[in-house]
Amino acid sequence: MKYLGIELPKPKIAVFGFTGCEGCQLQLANNEQNLKDLFRLIEVVEFRLISSDKLEGFEIAFVEGSITTEHEIKAIKAIRAQAKTIIAMGACACLGGVNNLRARFTIPDTIEDVYGNHGIETGPVRRVADIVPVDIELPGCPISKPEFEWLVRQLILGIEPRFPRYSVCVECKQRINTCVMDMGTLCLGPITMAGCNAVCPSNRAGCWGCRGSVEEANYESLIEVLHDHGFTDAQIAERVSFFNAFAGVDVLPSLG
Amino acid sequence: MKVTIEEPIQIDVEHIARVEGHGNIKIRVEDGKLAECTWEVVETPRFFEKMFQGISIEAAPLLAARVCGICSISHALASARAIERGLGIDVPPMASHVRTLAKHAETLQSHALHLFFLVAPDLLGVGSAISLMETHPELISIATQIKGYANNASDLFAGRTSHPMVFKIGGTTQRPRKSQLLQLREDLEETLPYLWKALEVLKGFSLPSFERETEYVSLGGNDNYPFIGGDLISSDGVRKSEDEYRAMTNEYIVDHSTSKLARLSRESFAVGALARFNNNYNGLHLTARQVAEELGLSPRIDNPYYHNMAQLIECFHVVYESRDLINELIDSTDYEVAVPYEIKACEGVSALEAPRGILYHYYQIDNQGLIERADCVIPTGQNHASIQHDLEDLVAQMAAEGKDEDEISLHAQMLVRAYDPCISCSVH
Repeated sequence: MKYLGIELPKPKIAVFGFTGCEGCQLQLANNEQNLKDLFRLIEVVEFRLISSDKLEGFEIAFVEGSITTEHEIKAIKAIRAQAKTIIAMGACACLGGVNNLRARFTIPDTIEDVYGNHGIETGPVRRVADIVPVDIELPGCPISKPEFEWLVRQLILGIEPRFPRYSVCVECKQRINTCVMDMGTLCLGPITMAGCNAVCPSNRAGCWGCRGSVEEANYESLIEVLHDHGFTDAQIAERVSFFNAFAGVDVLPSLG
Repeated sequence: MKVTIEEPIQIDVEHIARVEGHGNIKIRVEDGKLAECTWEVVETPRFFEKMFQGISIEAAPLLAARVCGICSISHALASARAIERGLGIDVPPMASHVRTLAKHAETLQSHALHLFFLVAPDLLGVGSAISLMETHPELISIATQIKGYANNASDLFAGRTSHPMVFKIGGTTQRPRKSQLLQLREDLEETLPYLWKALEVLKGFSLPSFERETEYVSLGGNDNYPFIGGDLISSDGVRKSEDEYRAMTNEYIVDHSTSKLARLSRESFAVGALARFNNNYNGLHLTARQVAEELGLSPRIDNPYYHNMAQLIECFHVVYESRDLINELIDSTDYEVAVPYEIKACEGVSALEAPRGILYHYYQIDNQGLIERADCVIPTGQNHASIQHDLEDLVAQMAAEGKDEDEISLHAQMLVRAYDPCISCSVH
């Protein structure tokens, strides 16, 4: 396939899923009208969810899900050894995501509450980057299919992908939405990275920060605004902890 | 007398492809007899029932959605509805309609994904739908039109297919505007011919003939085909109320599965499109019943491969019911989408038909509106034991017939795929 007269490389792609819901993998099969073009640009050599074909030699690995067992640690290390580029996709892979909500409890308590006395293998919830170096993080819960397609184009054209340095509010205003905070809904838009086209506020729900923190976020200012709108620290804590998007930001309230 | 010593047949399918989540099939046949057959569910557990603890009821539907990327809408709805039932509140009619339409959109999206992307490759002897893009462009264009419409409908009624955000305690965050409903209705009308084309294509395939008498569990209708709430019924004559979900599932744990299993009147039971078809056939939309007749299908069917055909029939049901409902709503000026509520300590259950079968969410809530305890019983978890027993019978039969390794392996994999298992969901 040629672009401006230049032959484009057709990279070999593999898609892997660890501890997650496979929602990010599913997005790859969405945006149906672009599917044919997408699969002409890349060669999918391994993608268990939709293909029983498996070939060797992937160069780019899309990895979904957190790492929670020894088995998964081994598997992601093997992928790192093989791949030129690892792209962690989705909140579970990039941030820990909702999986991290169980970090509030000990592992023995967690296992006992769900499986009783039955032993089951599990470990602490870890991001992919906690185990192996990650080249690119594609955020969101789930990822945005248009953003995935954009990333594929950047990879093929050899352009370094640059994610937005502005917050969700910018995209929300561009869609001429009424600010959901003025409708009494808690929203983390001001501190969350844009790129999702403000999908949640556009559906009159607040932003939960699934894409991670925007650069140079003004956390203190948001806390003030949220308090002004009558939201409690407990509500804020639950909201910012939900995807583990703001881990380590001391000024934000945290879940007990 | 001729004595032949046959090599044992060993089949190890690691992380079976074209299903959601991770499972292995281990088969060993010796001397034409089944020596080992295990459906191993190895998906890593996420411990959702623990994660819910301490979470607010407002956050619960958003957390529930993340149990699954495909049947997100079902989880979010089951979660919201369980809490609403506990609090004793009813959502306003408009919200109820939006939720039904979202549920139908999800069913269509999931069934279309399954039939065209996960199952069709087996029927056409290829590894994936990607290769079909070049060799069977018309089939792919049918698939993308149907799935595309379903995603548009999910976007409109749920916010998005994976991880919807419009369902909240008491109703929904919004209702579609008239212009949006008109647009979607146009999309729907354009999609109908593709549905009929899909029927033409899919009815040309023959499925393996295999039967095992099975108990089928689903919501029970009164001449309707329920998806949201109702009695719990089985084809062996069991009928319970929604609140008695635990007695309907009897979950237990085994070593070779990170998902719990379930049982009722027999060692196993099945849920999903075939269960609904068998139990609630009379409630199917007229057009869907016509499709069933055209396919020569009517209850009772005990061939698990026919989950696939039941899914196709349900595609017609949800699309034609959606059309009827959208037509009703187009000129509606009802803008009440949510009711206020008071937080109180309570417990609540909701049963819901997710694409793959009946789903239950249960919560015990404290007087601060935080969840103390959660229990989710997921359709595929209820199917694992049925898959296991089906495989045992299937392999034993095929071994006795002297079938070779490749054929046994393919039929075993097709059987697992026919259930459309959502394994991450079942383990949660």
